[in-house]
Amino acid sequence: MWLPSYATPSERLSRILVVAFAVAVMLFLIAPLFIIVPLSFSKDPFFTLPVREYSLRWYEDLFGNPRWFEAMINSAVAAVLTTILATTLGTLAALGIARPDFPYRRAIMALLISPMIVPIVIVAVGSYLFFGEFGLTNTRAGLVLAHTALATPFVVITVTATLSTYDTNLTRAANSLGASGLSAFFRVTLPNILPGVISGAIFAFATSFDEVVVALFLTAAEQRTLPVQMFSGIRDQINPTIMAAATMLLILSILLFAALALLTRKKAR
Amino acid sequence: MNAMPADTFTTVRSEDALVRFSQVKKSYDGIHYVVKDLNLDVAKGEFLTMLGPSGSGKTTTLMMLGGFERPTLGQILLNGNPVERLPPERRNIGFVFQNYALFPHMTVAENVAFPLRYRGIRGAAAGAKVARALGRVGLEAMGDRRPAQLSGGQQQRVALARALVFEPSLVLMDEPLGALDKQLRERMQIEIKHLQTSLGITMVYVTHDQSEALTMSDRIAVFHDGRIQQLADPKTLYNAPENRFVAGFIGENNTMPCTFVGREAGLAVVRMADGATLRAADTLLSGGKAELSLSVRPENIGLASGQPNGPGNLFSGQVTDMFFLGDHMRLSVAAFGGQTVTARIPVGQVRGIAVGGTVHLACSPADCRLLED
Repeated sequence: MWLPSYATPSERLSRILVVAFAVAVMLFLIAPLFIIVPLSFSKDPFFTLPVREYSLRWYEDLFGNPRWFEAMINSAVAAVLTTILATTLGTLAALGIARPDFPYRRAIMALLISPMIVPIVIVAVGSYLFFGEFGLTNTRAGLVLAHTALATPFVVITVTATLSTYDTNLTRAANSLGASGLSAFFRVTLPNILPGVISGAIFAFATSFDEVVVALFLTAAEQRTLPVQMFSGIRDQINPTIMAAATMLLILSILLFAALALLTRKKAR
Repeated sequence: MNAMPADTFTTVRSEDALVRFSQVKKSYDGIHYVVKDLNLDVAKGEFLTMLGPSGSGKTTTLMMLGGFERPTLGQILLNGNPVERLPPERRNIGFVFQNYALFPHMTVAENVAFPLRYRGIRGAAAGAKVARALGRVGLEAMGDRRPAQLSGGQQQRVALARALVFEPSLVLMDEPLGALDKQLRERMQIEIKHLQTSLGITMVYVTHDQSEALTMSDRIAVFHDGRIQQLADPKTLYNAPENRFVAGFIGENNTMPCTFVGREAGLAVVRMADGATLRAADTLLSGGKAELSLSVRPENIGLASGQPNGPGNLFSGQVTDMFFLGDHMRLSVAAFGGQTVTARIPVGQVRGIAVGGTVHLACSPADCRLLED
């Protein structure tokens, strides 16, 4: 940030411009938060800024109204199940692909990553039609399966990145000392790739918890998730409870990213 | 270069062999063989080094013995039982890796205790074994440290302690001292050798460092191009290399083309490129092929004036280079019609010799060896 004393005037000017631009970008990204968070604490049933009177009534509605509360529970359950499935599958896939003798590695990696690239609406419509054949639409299992497909690529990517710095001789050493494949994995490999697995799990959780399009297609009233509830709330009656829900999502995201930051800091040490 | 002389293979009596490679071949792509037709016995209690340049097949051979690679063809016997399909965790072999492969998330003591758990040794018994193993390598006070808090030499010792703590009869080492500086490396060579003899373990050691191999080994197998070029004890290997590769790889050697002329008084007579005749030890197995190489070590060439009269080979050439190396001078001499001959001459004897001048050199026929390939 600070320039040495021998910097020329043009260097100083360009530094000022760079800093100003960076600040502007950050403001642009954070601006919505400055609107949503105060509105969620407003007493008025309509959106006005500046807030005239503060209250917690929309939070009371969020946790007191069974529709909102059930949506939160549904989201949490789906996200936890998705995280478990996606983390397991993604870690296994990354381990397999990292093997030096794995055939068609690039093609299979591309296939595994594809849910990240394919437009979400196509995934949603595809899952809707395909799952209908098996009676999986309007079920929690269907939603978790579709979310797992979306979340697994994140795990594959983070675990693959961690494995690239993992010394495979550690596994060999564990084997030579008497550990069989599974035991060597849990006692040596997993502890050393854990940062990658946990970041993948955090991404998987966030992917499922925030996801709205697939959830709109695959859920009925009983499985309705928080983002779907917010979405229908916006269409039906615009209601500051949405702002309270958005604030809660925001806090969750901040917590998840803080966990991620702590994790990477620990790894760097 | 294909067939090994039969006598090197039978130096180990079969009942003493802990490890036997029998016609082992390894190929990763089905076309190129990294290891070609390997036959090798390792005796119980022996320190055997596999020495060779990178890509010679020595590490692949070690990995096959450790169970990390499967031979494409052939058999590996451990204590008389075939083990090609046995996974590493069931071979009970200690393995020390090039980069130590210590588990970074465990303390030193936990690293060393790791193999004991799989052998049903827990609690106080395991603690005692770990303490003794760490004591053996002089690290009894380091049990609570993490590997990252140790120096390279200390990490190497921990790896050694971990490979020895479960008392395997066979320990394999893959260039374990490669990352250490020269002084530490030489100290560790002696320590490893002491451990091996005092514990009576069999060790198979891979290195590309010939001085390391000569210092530590009972026998050395020189690998090149997927084959063992020579298998012998260090002295034999140094003094009597069997082919041009071994002569060039172990120590320094002058290797010059020559043709066989005949035999005389128990010595072989050869003609050099410029027509000069030299006598050499009759190391030829056959009646004598026409095209040969004569090899002689630089330290076995002296100044003609300093040599007593005898059946010595005398030759002369023009000095092209001279280097001062402390205890000796290193002379490069163009002789036999343009061949570069290197000689090590004690500093005190080098008087009146200058680059561009002519020098008269001598070597004993016993130090000149003939190589057929």
